[in-house]
Amino acid sequence: RTVEPLEYYRRFLKENCRPDGRELGEFRTTTVNIGKCLCSITTADGSALVKLGNTTVICGVKAELAAPAVDSANKGYIVPNVELPSLCAERFRSGPPGEEAQAASQFIADVIENSQMIMKEDLCIASGKLAWVLYCDIICLDYDGNLLDASVFALLAALKNVQLPLVTINEETGLSEVNLKQKNPLIIRKHPVATSFAIFDDTLLIVDPTAEEEDLATGTVTIVTDEEGRLCSVHKPGGSPLTGAKLQDCITRAITRHKEVKKLIDKVIKSITPK
Amino acid sequence: SLSSGDTSVLAGLYGPAEAKLSKELPDRAALEVLLRPKVGLPGVLERSREQLLRQTCEAVVLGVLHPRTAISLVLQVLSDAGSLLSCCLNAACMALLDAGLPLTALFCGVTCALQPDGTILLDPTARQEQDARAILTFAIASSERKVLMATTKGSCSVEEMQQCLATAQRAADTIFQFYRDSVRRRYSK
Repeated sequence: RTVEPLEYYRRFLKENCRPDGRELGEFRTTTVNIGKCLCSITTADGSALVKLGNTTVICGVKAELAAPAVDSANKGYIVPNVELPSLCAERFRSGPPGEEAQAASQFIADVIENSQMIMKEDLCIASGKLAWVLYCDIICLDYDGNLLDASVFALLAALKNVQLPLVTINEETGLSEVNLKQKNPLIIRKHPVATSFAIFDDTLLIVDPTAEEEDLATGTVTIVTDEEGRLCSVHKPGGSPLTGAKLQDCITRAITRHKEVKKLIDKVIKSITPK
Repeated sequence: SLSSGDTSVLAGLYGPAEAKLSKELPDRAALEVLLRPKVGLPGVLERSREQLLRQTCEAVVLGVLHPRTAISLVLQVLSDAGSLLSCCLNAACMALLDAGLPLTALFCGVTCALQPDGTILLDPTARQEQDARAILTFAIASSERKVLMATTKGSCSVEEMQQCLATAQRAADTIFQFYRDSVRRRYSK
């Protein structure tokens, strides 16, 4: 396994299964913890912890107030930041974020933008004067492949958990008053779910790759779908060429996965809402 | 330097050259892409674009013929008027061709914009990109027109994506013809 990893792997692929016993189209067990009681972040406004097999990703959302930009006076900001600290895998060094972390942050920002899961206009309190800024920090605690899926899932779960206090602007003084007693949840319009595939030898497609599989793969594809079956993002950063038909297979698989994940999220949210 | 319409990108390729010990790979060439925007310092967007370009180039360049070397591709954006990513892809491929690196296939970048009324527009300008519902960029390989790289901005339905892909594959033919003509012009003096 250590001397000839590719050959070892090919032997499994010939039997249509993988070293950890999964089928080629099977996902690892997904668990999600949302909220202040189950998740560890008590200082954040919304938090979620997602485990996809061994890959552990935690997302914390903090809401702050700021003045909106001059050219878009009625829009707030959402700032995602993905961090891959050196504790999650030995190949990440401490220091400025590496290329993978930056590319992942850009990907998450694109997903939020493309799927329109949160309209920036909803984050505005007073046009031109005050708006919410949501800082979403996604930190990987344990990297075992498939970072993008877990990050998107954690972000979605954390945003569903966010409660924003009501903010009013006092007419006379012009200052803002934050009412911490009255909290409203965020309006999330769409629920994007990412599905990642690894391409092997230009032909085989494997769902939910582990870190080992990702290293051996010749390419990766990530597809983000929302509940209407629309594609929010197709992310195929180079790697072996794929025909249109293969891409179509991935998309159909992604749509099925979306339904499974949506069910899981709804179940978890229902279990933590106060009765 | 490659320009399509008003968008132009300058590409410089250096390699295969001696690699730094920390960056060298024992069995293949280490490819590095640097994308410099027209204004400002390279940010997160440039990093993700560099990653896309790097992995696309790694798929076509036969790195195993030059182990323990480094190939650096530097792209400078001279002007941006829409379809920047596909312009960078085309510039990268021409640079690889010009340098004479061993490649398994050529690739070309095509951008499709989906208008709000459903029509597909190829190679959109900045104005058309802003109005569009979704922008899809594909890197199509010259062998069997397979998809090497795909990125989307904005949401679209599955059928629309397949349509854009088919249109992009047809458009790839024109671009590959352009490559052939330019190379012929360069070497037929």
